[in-house]
Parts: sequence; C-alpha cells; structure tokens
Amino acid sequence: MLLIPCPHCGDRPEIEFRNCGEAGIVRPTAADDAAWTAFLYLRSNPRGLHAERWRHVHGCGRFFTLHRHTVSDRFESAP
Amino acid sequence: MAETIIETLPPGTRLALRAAPEPAARLSGAFGVVLPPPLLTAAHGGKRAALRLGPDDILLLAEEGAAASLLQALAAVPGAGPVSLTDISHGQIALRITGPQAGELLNEGCPLDLDPATFPPGACTRTLFGKAGIVLWRTGAAVFHVEVARSFAPYLRALLDEAAADLA
Ligand SMILES: [Zn+2]
Repeated sequence: MLLIPCPHCGDRPEIEFRNCGEAGIVRPTAADDAAWTAFLYLRSNPRGLHAERWRHVHGCGRFFTLHRHTVSDRFESAP
Repeated sequence: MAETIIETLPPGTRLALRAAPEPAARLSGAFGVVLPPPLLTAAHGGKRAALRLGPDDILLLAEEGAAASLLQALAAVPGAGPVSLTDISHGQIALRITGPQAGELLNEGCPLDLDPATFPPGACTRTLFGKAGIVLWRTGAAVFHVEVARSFAPYLRALLDEAAADLA
C-alpha cells in the first residue's frame, strides 16, 4: 500500500485518498473550441514526474498537489 | 491476555462545526472547551469534547439532549461568524473499544499506525475501518472511541466482533 504524504495529516494509507487527476489544468476564460478541447480532454500522461491533485477524503478532507513519479510511484518534491 | 470489550455508547449530541481557528476560538466559552484543539487531537472537559479532524473541521460531542440549547448558545456568541454548525446527533453512533489489544483489534480493519508513540491518548482522526468511514479517538492508553454513520454501524460491529474472535 502507498503511503501518501498529506500536508495536514502526514503519511497516511492510500485508501484514505482520492486521486483527482492532473494538477494545473487551467479553465479557459474565452469560448474557444481548441482551448476547451485541451481543458476537457488533453492530459500530459508523462512517463516520469506527474503533478497531480489528491483529496484526503477519509481524513482531513483537504485537496492538495503532489508530484508522483509514474514509474516508481514515489512522491518527490516539485521539479 | 485480558479480553477486548466492544460497547455501544448511549446516544449523545454531535455538532459538526466548520470554522477557521479564529472564529472557532470565540465559541470556546459557550461550549466549555478551548477551541480549536491542535490538529488531529481532541480537547475535552466534563461531558463535552471537541475533535479537530481537519484544519477547519471540528466535531463537537456533548451530553444527550443538548443540541437545541447548544445551537442557540453558540449562535448567540457575538461576532462568532463565519462558521457553519450542524446538528448531526442522530447521523452516527459511538462505540467504545477497551482492552490492551484494542489497537490490534482496530488494525484488523484500519491501516493506521496505532502505536501509542504515533497515535497517543488524545489523538483523533477520520479514517477507514474496512469500507466504513469512521472517526477514531484514542481516549486512553487502551481505550478507543469510534464514531460511525448509523447505517454503517451493523457492518462495523460485525467486522469488529469477527476480529475480536480472531484475537481471542
Ligand atoms: Zn489529511
């Protein structure tokens, strides 16, 4: 089982969390098809460090951002 | 090894308080416990307790039948806002687990490290037991208070009884 470092609760078991997808996806302000396609459907899916949102749903309830290496599953500090 | 005792506690008052530390602090006098306690710890005095489950998420426990008067008293505190206060007394029930193996019993369904060094008396948190979300509060070295949604209580109790049989 992964131990996920919650900024409020410390290292906690992964089943207490929900993964909320890639972090830093900015909602477009203009009605532009290409921008909305990118916002809704396009993700980086990297082989390497991935910035992602997590929610400690069965804990403090807070959302936060972590950087996880998609090969090793290790959480690392921001690049 | 002494037996592990699982008891259903009598009904009580539960209020869900959502408040930043400063507005929460102003409610201390009206509730009778210093608010907010440090993150993931409980403060208690008399029949009342406050469990800080998240940065602005506090569960208030009080004697049975106190919900209406408490809501009134807390709402009357001058300059208390912005806070959210909800009566959830009947939404969940409480169990008490007592015995030197109480932590081991809980670890049958809860993956938290319940060693007294990392989860000492006074510590509390939301977590999971099996598939049920629970609030876990260590009230003594060998005593745990568990809050669970009423609808999940039979499930939790059955799993705990089974785990107790395994330990015995
Ligand atoms: Zn947390």
